[in-house]
Amino acid sequence: MTILSQAVIDSLPYLLPGIFTTLGLVLTALGIGLIMGVPMALIHVYGSWPLQYIIKTYVWIFRGLPILVLLFLFYFGIFPLLGLHISAFWIAAIVLGFRTAAYQSEIFRGAILSIQDGQMLAARSLGMSRSQAIIHVILPQALRNALPGWTNEYPILLTDSSVCYAIGVAELLTRGNQIVARIHEPMTIFVLIAAIFIILNYSGQWVFARIERRYRIPGYGEGDTR
Amino acid sequence: MMTDEIILRVQEIHKRYGENEVLKGVSFDVRRGETKVFIGPSGTGKSTLLRCINQLTVPDSGSIWLNGEEVTHAGPAINLYRQKIGMVFQNFNLFDHLTALGNVEIALLRVKKMSRQEARKKALMELEQVGLSDKVNSYPAELSGGQAQRLSIARALAMDPEVILFDEPTSSLDPELTREVLEVMRRLARNGMTMLIVTHEMGFALSVANEILFMEHGLIAEKGPPSEIPTSPDFTRTRRFLGSFQD
Repeated sequence: MTILSQAVIDSLPYLLPGIFTTLGLVLTALGIGLIMGVPMALIHVYGSWPLQYIIKTYVWIFRGLPILVLLFLFYFGIFPLLGLHISAFWIAAIVLGFRTAAYQSEIFRGAILSIQDGQMLAARSLGMSRSQAIIHVILPQALRNALPGWTNEYPILLTDSSVCYAIGVAELLTRGNQIVARIHEPMTIFVLIAAIFIILNYSGQWVFARIERRYRIPGYGEGDTR
Repeated sequence: MMTDEIILRVQEIHKRYGENEVLKGVSFDVRRGETKVFIGPSGTGKSTLLRCINQLTVPDSGSIWLNGEEVTHAGPAINLYRQKIGMVFQNFNLFDHLTALGNVEIALLRVKKMSRQEARKKALMELEQVGLSDKVNSYPAELSGGQAQRLSIARALAMDPEVILFDEPTSSLDPELTREVLEVMRRLARNGMTMLIVTHEMGFALSVANEILFMEHGLIAEKGPPSEIPTSPDFTRTRRFLGSFQD
């Protein structure tokens, strides 16, 4: 037992940078997904049909392919072909970001469509242009409605991020595996890795739940039925 | 309060949804300070007519003129005309993410480009007008139906419109809440606001209207001052329609 805990204590300093790498991947991807997802959703709902078609195709591709295939495609194919020499970390973050952007755009699209037509009518009746109405009336409500679905991307990305092991990103699992190769205690180390993932996952979800509560509209959707 | 100056002209408005011709050529003039009330059976195009006036629904043909300027085919200038044509909706359509104050302020800030101070002052004044001074920081979901509709009237009033369109403003309210909304509207009429109202509140219509317009099958079937409804031969269909109310 003491030997096991010693293994845990010894490996923690080596795993710590892996935790930062994993979190870095997830947060960068979430950010890319947010920055891309909102405009994509707006184009999907309000754009002209050729633009809508481009977005639909994008979503179709990035939701249709396994992450590992996407990672290999970009790491061994697209980026080298473009002559771009970027670290594995950034390629992984970008691929995860592109993929979550596809999912996030669908979350935001659903949230925009859930806003009643009357909101647009009222905004326009006051003399707002369509883009003013979208920015000041539709989006603030849609983004709030999207929050529960959007924060759900965090645990998905976190668990998916371990796939980046395959292209050699020094994230949590990669570093764990390196330790196992040295000290041959797979059970100890992988239980430790699992525990760290669980902690990252649920502490992150706790933070997002607080954000959701912070942005809830008073008197809106309260009561026992929800 | 009514003047001779014609501020709104509605000419030969037609609107069709697929097979269904909702408006079959509706025309009338509105004078400044006038209150016109549209009554008639459901599905005769009353609400569509109001929405055609501020172009929330674009008519198939016909024209709308506000102070001698054409509102139909206005292009981006429609956003200017809409500031002068207020609208109050049956289900309020308040902005749920904003407080009562925010609901009134937002168009002052974003459309009229007022300063924060100016907008706030103006909004507080309009909220007081409709008796909501104690609800300034409440969100729409925290208001009763009557308060919500009074707030939406304040929101329309804040733009200083030349005419306000009321699309069944009390149809989703309980009778006791209806009264407080009608009271606000009655006061507006008395103060010279030009109003076009679609309503089923006959008592209110008869007491506040300068003219009653009875619509049927997409046309104005009969019209005239409310005092003539009980006796005039011009109002036989209106009387039959009202009679069916009293059963």
